Amino acid sequence: MSNNTRRHFITKTGALMGALLAAGMISGSAFAADFPTAKVNTTKLAVTDTTVKVGILHSSTGTMAISETGSIQAEKLAIAQINAMGGVLGRKIEVIQEDGASDWPTFAEKSKKLLVNDKVATVFGCWTSASRKAVLPVFEKENGLLFYPTFYEGLEQSKNVFYTGQEATQQILAGLDWIAKEKKAKTFYLIGSDYIWPRTSMKIARKHIEQKLGGKVVGEEYIALGDTQFGSVINKIKLKKPDVIYAAVVGGSNVAWFKQLNAAGLNSKKQNMLTISVTEDEVLGIGGENLEGFYSAMKYFQSLKNPNNEKFVAEFKKMWGPKSVIGDVTQAAYLGPWLWKAAVERAGSFDVDKAAAALPGYELKTAPEGYVKVDPNHHLESKLRVGKWLANGQAEVVYESDLIKPDPFPKGYQ
Amino acid sequence: MFDYSMAEIGNIVVMQAFSGLSLFSVLLLMALGLAIIFGQMGVINMAHGEFMAIGAYTTVFLSKVAETYGIVNYYFLFAIVIAFIIAFIIGYIIEFALIRHLYKRPLDTLLATWGLSLVMQQIFRSTFGAKEVSAVLPEWLMGSFQPTPDIDIPINGVFVLALALVVTVGVYIFMFRSRWGLRVRATVQNRVMAGAVGINTKKVDRVTFALGCGIAGVAGAAFTTIASTGPTTGSLYIVDSFMVVVFGGAASILGTIASAFGIAQAQSILQFFMTSSMGKVATLMVIVGILMMRPEGLFASKVRK
Repeated sequence: MSNNTRRHFITKTGALMGALLAAGMISGSAFAADFPTAKVNTTKLAVTDTTVKVGILHSSTGTMAISETGSIQAEKLAIAQINAMGGVLGRKIEVIQEDGASDWPTFAEKSKKLLVNDKVATVFGCWTSASRKAVLPVFEKENGLLFYPTFYEGLEQSKNVFYTGQEATQQILAGLDWIAKEKKAKTFYLIGSDYIWPRTSMKIARKHIEQKLGGKVVGEEYIALGDTQFGSVINKIKLKKPDVIYAAVVGGSNVAWFKQLNAAGLNSKKQNMLTISVTEDEVLGIGGENLEGFYSAMKYFQSLKNPNNEKFVAEFKKMWGPKSVIGDVTQAAYLGPWLWKAAVERAGSFDVDKAAAALPGYELKTAPEGYVKVDPNHHLESKLRVGKWLANGQAEVVYESDLIKPDPFPKGYQ
Repeated sequence: MFDYSMAEIGNIVVMQAFSGLSLFSVLLLMALGLAIIFGQMGVINMAHGEFMAIGAYTTVFLSKVAETYGIVNYYFLFAIVIAFIIAFIIGYIIEFALIRHLYKRPLDTLLATWGLSLVMQQIFRSTFGAKEVSAVLPEWLMGSFQPTPDIDIPINGVFVLALALVVTVGVYIFMFRSRWGLRVRATVQNRVMAGAVGINTKKVDRVTFALGCGIAGVAGAAFTTIASTGPTTGSLYIVDSFMVVVFGGAASILGTIASAFGIAQAQSILQFFMTSSMGKVATLMVIVGILMMRPEGLFASKVRK
């Protein structure tokens, strides 16, 4: 299977490169001769005169494969595009892909393999916070570089990691402000899966609702991961009649949650809901008809209308099939290789310390989400969008915030 | 609770009672197939959840076919029957290829079926993709039934409840009112003697195992109305299934029913008054407590030892 995929990938990459060549898009790329290997690689990374090795570390098997597949695809697309433009400092990127298998110790072991044995210049990978926490000590000890794509709970900052998704305050605050104003919401019911990301997010949401918005939290509830029975919870919600349900339910539970909500008569005509855990990927499983009219707060939706995104969506579909959908994290994963390329080129070196130091302040204007800027705290400055789900599984963007500075350690919210 | 009117509380009690019944039917459907295999044959089938996934994927596949032909409103009952047949056949083959070699080593069946479950999960992933999929449901299964404007009874819940009752009655008739059931019970009670009076005990084993798998397939088909289907869907259900069977007393179908009912009501009521995860914890603690006093479960088995 993996061989087959790789062959598939190479064929498609070849086709894509051919297309790009034909379109005459290769321009102004740096020549390797201008950057002698001895100079751009002083830390014995896997860099030759013509190639540079990077790692992709996601789960392609196990529970998390559902979510992480999109990230792998986006990273491979970005790398193929960068190679078609002449690579990084004149060197073609070679990918070493490892499978974290949805198992956190495996992630740690594979990251060690990538950094110590393969000497990769950077790694694009991890999805859950648990996997990131597992590899973090390895990256710090071996001085590796990681680009992490998922929106997450914040409360972390490392010189070895760049976070291309949003941290909690970027995703939560503006969305709550919007729905409180738009729907004149006063009462909120918080519900999430029972692990660190929803719990941290709900803590921030509760503080914001009670202190900044003057609203009231009428219920806060956590569901065991994988639980599919929501009867009692839905009845409680019906009794409390909140203006807004604020939801962060993930995985298989997510589908059950929306299906049962609809079956119990709580559809968007009767109930407002803002969720921070539904992207286009999840909609495939939930079914657009069960979500119609509910809102998601994300930084990216596939339906975003701008030239960067239209090009990105077209090329993603060309490489991975017309039926593929692109969610928030997939787009964030796509930014990783581009940001790394910028870091290396700004530093004029593949060395991790130099590249990491060169990246803050960089503005990526070709991002599908529009524009992002790398903050000194290694997170991205980005916008928040609220999307209203349509029956066809796409979202209509109904609100777009200003650029929001990342704040992984928010004061007053802990 | 004093902030609410009597009418509101009345409505919630009705809906809450139904949500308990609905959970009961889900647990019962999950556990029935396992109870037959575990209780009658002593085989611990860790791949039970994957047989549910077979039923679920069958339904998803048929729903896609039905969508192309525009017969979404009619396919579902048909899909349940097909799900049963496919899971039955696969169960039959697996008994022949794997399980029958391990009857004298019950702990090895546990390992072997667990391995089987991993193999099946990977087959699902390679065949249907890693992403979760949903069946397109007929319109009559969606939405809710409203006896009064403030009471919503989910129709898919009613459907699963009805299906659970039909399957249970079917199993009862098969086990206690048919020649086949007689042979199965005879084999369970005394395998050597059953063989001596001319019962083909090997065939009985095979059909019993396949029947348990077939019922798992039906359960999987029914659960597409509640949740989505992915390669690891089965592993979500296996723990609950075992909990119901062990709590009920391994060899007793009546015990399985009583146990599913008890667990469902306890969980549903506790989850209403506590938070959802705490409700589940409390339910499990009650089960642990009762099992400590009655290790053989609610209904003790009457197998000759």
